[in-house]
Amino acid sequence: MTLLSDARVHDAGVVETVDLAEEVSHYLAHLGFLPGTRVEVLRRAPAGDPTVYRVDNVEVALRRDTARHITLKLEHGARK
Amino acid sequence: MSCHAPVLEQLEENPKTASTASRLRTVALVGPPNSGKSTLFNRLTGMRQKVANYPGVTVEHHSGRMKSIGRGDLTLIDLPGIYSLSTYSEDARVAVEVLTGKMPGVPRPDCVLLVLDATHMNRQLMLAAPVFSIGLPTLVLLNMSDQLELRGGKIDTLALARELGHPVALISAAKDIGLEVVPDFLVQADGTLNTKLRPVQLPVLQSPAACRAWASQVTTRTGYQSPAVSRWTQRLDSVLLHRVAGPLIFLAVVFAVFQVVFSIGQPLSDGMGSLLDHVGASLGQILPDNWLRLLLLDGIWRGVTSVLVFLPQILLLFLFIGVLEDSGYLARAALIADRVMRSIGLNGKAFIPLLSAYACAVPAIMATRTIENKRERLATILIAPFMTCSARLPIYTLIIAAFVPHRLFLGGLIGLRALVMLGLYGLGFFAALITARMLNSSVMKASPAPFILELPQYRWPTVQSLGLRLYDRGRLFLKKAGTVILGVTFLVWVLSVIPVHGGQLSDLSTSVIGHLGHTIEPLIRPLGFNWKIGIGLLSSIVAREVIVGTLGTLYGMDPGTHALGLEAALRHDITAAGAIALVVFFAFAMQCTSTLAVVRRETNSWKFPALQFTYMTTVAYLAALITNQVLLRLL
Repeated sequence: MTLLSDARVHDAGVVETVDLAEEVSHYLAHLGFLPGTRVEVLRRAPAGDPTVYRVDNVEVALRRDTARHITLKLEHGARK
Repeated sequence: MSCHAPVLEQLEENPKTASTASRLRTVALVGPPNSGKSTLFNRLTGMRQKVANYPGVTVEHHSGRMKSIGRGDLTLIDLPGIYSLSTYSEDARVAVEVLTGKMPGVPRPDCVLLVLDATHMNRQLMLAAPVFSIGLPTLVLLNMSDQLELRGGKIDTLALARELGHPVALISAAKDIGLEVVPDFLVQADGTLNTKLRPVQLPVLQSPAACRAWASQVTTRTGYQSPAVSRWTQRLDSVLLHRVAGPLIFLAVVFAVFQVVFSIGQPLSDGMGSLLDHVGASLGQILPDNWLRLLLLDGIWRGVTSVLVFLPQILLLFLFIGVLEDSGYLARAALIADRVMRSIGLNGKAFIPLLSAYACAVPAIMATRTIENKRERLATILIAPFMTCSARLPIYTLIIAAFVPHRLFLGGLIGLRALVMLGLYGLGFFAALITARMLNSSVMKASPAPFILELPQYRWPTVQSLGLRLYDRGRLFLKKAGTVILGVTFLVWVLSVIPVHGGQLSDLSTSVIGHLGHTIEPLIRPLGFNWKIGIGLLSSIVAREVIVGTLGTLYGMDPGTHALGLEAALRHDITAAGAIALVVFFAFAMQCTSTLAVVRRETNSWKFPALQFTYMTTVAYLAALITNQVLLRLL
């Protein structure tokens, strides 16, 4: 289990848990951040944060503060 | 693709009755944010939209007559973009109230057009189940068919319609493809209005996870293939979000916007100015040489046209903002700027309202509804008027064109005037940041809301959407010129010719306005302003642009500057230090009754607008004082 904020660019994995305030996790769920969906780390903003993730064919940017409350099971072959 | 075959088949059973007998009145347009809802709204209503507010709750919404499809008898309500009907956000609350007919003053919709982005069905379908459960006849419009096809996605509308129990059609609002299903559906919906709807077997879906599971099942069963990721977006982002190139391009874009406003906008404005002067001169020949000519020409015409000439520059600015927004670049700009915003303690969600405050603080303050946290929302409301709105543009451009020399740097790429303008924008921005800082450290202690930003795929801005923006802006500007500015210049003219002694009009310095101006002059003298500027400042409490109109009228009436243009008259009358102090004053001052009114409404108290007005005016006064005193010693 890896924190989404720790995943590196080009890593991909499946969301395991989302532990955030209800209205935030509700919003994120509608963007696709739900247990079982696949997330890919696309790129970081020029300043290194936020990071752009691809989930469900959509690109969503999250700050590290938010991403560290989401855990991920990294895909086989991804770096640890 | 035979995408809307199912709908048409069903429709043939219903005779196409003339719209005269229609019982259908109101149609609601529902969809997630960024699903192309607004484009569709404009297609269906043909740009004849009306901006209105919900009474009590002021999230902006549009409603319009569906004239473009020949159904001018029907009203289309454009609801705010929503992901679900769970009322976590003000937007969703509004949507639910309208759809269930509980919004006062808004008729309950008779049927629903549900717009979904066909390129991400798994996610977009999550909204379908709760919308169907309301029980209104619903047409599902899968938008962006062109994108879907282009990027190799597949969708079976027939299977989907069977699965959902509602008609489904694939359309492209941007390319105007497939929209003919909408009038057909409306005829059909009219026929079934009083009959009982076929019950749809849908699970009661409470949680997003359940909605999501259902949506995935539906897309799997109907053989949906999501399109490949746009390669262009990937390529562009690898440059535009590059660690080094990204911020540089961002800065270059910002510079370019201001440079163009001057290098292209200024000649256009000048041209418009000489055209209007010409018209004025012709009018002068028709009018009899008496007080009426003075009123119409020296008073109103001069005042109103001195504001009108800024129309080209304002439209250019909005054209740029429109291109940046519609193309998808603005979301990237937000991403690049986030780090800076955060380091000064600003909430990520405050970014979008603050960005829109560059156009006007009023919609920006209404947009703060999306901020759930009350204190953060209040902080954003309080700082929004510091952002440089377009109403400041006329006085900025006037002063810069009159006092800043036309000088180019870097081989003509950057001009001094554009730099000064940028500096003024920066000044407002920093005032907002410092104020936010102060609020955060004192009264506004609250947990930071997260920054969650969806990055749309890049797309070409459509001429239609840009045209609509410019049309809206131009109309607002002309309306203001024709109402507020006209009214104030009329008042200024009247006050500058009374009292009348023995049929003789007063001259400027002995008139009521002259006395008023000379009374307040000592207060503003240290700022480098004369009494005419003082009157301008007083009149611009109504709206910022008004100062230009007032100055136009006052200088037109003064025999000493009558023959000069406004720029030359100003150069003749105030020092460069005073002129710069004047724009600094405008960067900070709260000269806008509409903003004060909307702050009062949103905060439900007079305390905050009063506080805001006092604070901003004090800051403006002090900043202008310091600017003038420092520049007087330097220049």
